[in-house]
Amino acid sequence: MSPAPLAGATHGAATSRSERAWAVLATVLDPEVPVVSVVDLGIVREVIDEGEALTVVVTPTYSGCPATEVIEQSIVAALDAAGLGPTHIVMRRAPAWTSDWISATGRDNLRAYGIAPPGLVDASRGVALRFMPRAVAPLACPRCESMDTERLAAFGSTACKALWRCRACGEPFEHFKPI
Amino acid sequence: MPSSITVSSDPSVQYLLRIGDTCLILAQRLAEWCGHAPIVEEDIALTNMALDLVGQARAVLTRAGELEAEHGGARHGEDELAFLRDERDFHNCTLVELPRGDFAATMLRNLAVAIFLELLWQRLQGSSDAELAAIAGKAVKEARYHREHAADWVVRLGDGTAESAARLKAALDLLWPYMAELFEGDGVDDQAVATGLGPRWSELQDDWREGFASVLTAARLALPAERAFRSTGKLGRHSEHLGFLLAEMQHLQRSFPGGVW
Repeated sequence: MSPAPLAGATHGAATSRSERAWAVLATVLDPEVPVVSVVDLGIVREVIDEGEALTVVVTPTYSGCPATEVIEQSIVAALDAAGLGPTHIVMRRAPAWTSDWISATGRDNLRAYGIAPPGLVDASRGVALRFMPRAVAPLACPRCESMDTERLAAFGSTACKALWRCRACGEPFEHFKPI
Repeated sequence: MPSSITVSSDPSVQYLLRIGDTCLILAQRLAEWCGHAPIVEEDIALTNMALDLVGQARAVLTRAGELEAEHGGARHGEDELAFLRDERDFHNCTLVELPRGDFAATMLRNLAVAIFLELLWQRLQGSSDAELAAIAGKAVKEARYHREHAADWVVRLGDGTAESAARLKAALDLLWPYMAELFEGDGVDDQAVATGLGPRWSELQDDWREGFASVLTAARLALPAERAFRSTGKLGRHSEHLGFLLAEMQHLQRSFPGGVW
């Protein structure tokens, strides 16, 4: 599955260095969710062409995300391979990343990969904190689209995912958490 | 064995170490559940939360090291601060260094700390230190998930079987005396307020009590009475448990100085 090209990706040789960099970044995939590019995930905040070096501003998804360093290395390697380096990575924490920054393409790719994409954060915040039994916003199964699903655990195989189960098709699936 | 480092007594550095060390030591305790939780979902949840806390600790300790250098001290990196300080130079509250106990004790402590940290991170988003404010903006979202997780389990255990309720009650009796330390104030807090670095932790006490009590009520428990006892981990005077924890946590860096993955 190829990520959707950005507007600047198809302009040919006339495009600027930073536009070409954005196009390359749209092919760099998140190592833990290898169907979503770092651009569709919303963690590349800015690309600055400062003559000598290209500065890529990246924000972490979670404080302890172990993929952060691999992502930085992948970005540098991809831009170097495209002849756009040298690249300088700047880690910018504020404003904090939110799952609302995942693009429509990113959400579609998550769903196709079997991970239910996150809803908007404000919608999940609107649900008051409750104790057992908890009212969790309903979620469609990414496989059969049934709404007859339940959350098994709030924490899944990576920091960004929760574990769900579909009662209709019987399959477990992951949910990319709104945060 | 490499020499231990000591850190500046600068109040701003101390304020950050209290936060970073509380996250780091709780993370170490939660990581002890890896492979030992009652069900695999909880094994994963506890280690996920440990990972969040390590990430928060790394960021805050890094900032503490930078502040120390800005104030004329040595410039210690996150790894040096985590692995080369001795017990007396750690400033976590004693609550988080106590042995992990059973699952009920772990959940009750997580609840107390998550409610506290969520309140603290909320306030630190307005810190005069832009880096600390940015760290808080990220961490506050993670703390909310931690609080929700712990609250669910505390209610489920307290309102569960006779055995689970008895274990939760025992955990509350054991841990309650250590929770008061969170809100003890001193000159470090005064200085943080004066510079706009962060709030006095005592300012968070009312909201914390309300949040903690509401979960306890749902769990069929009541907030215990105040005790005179005050633990002193934030001041560097710890329980007998921290030394053993550090011996394990610091072993690799002490035996193979500067070792990296």
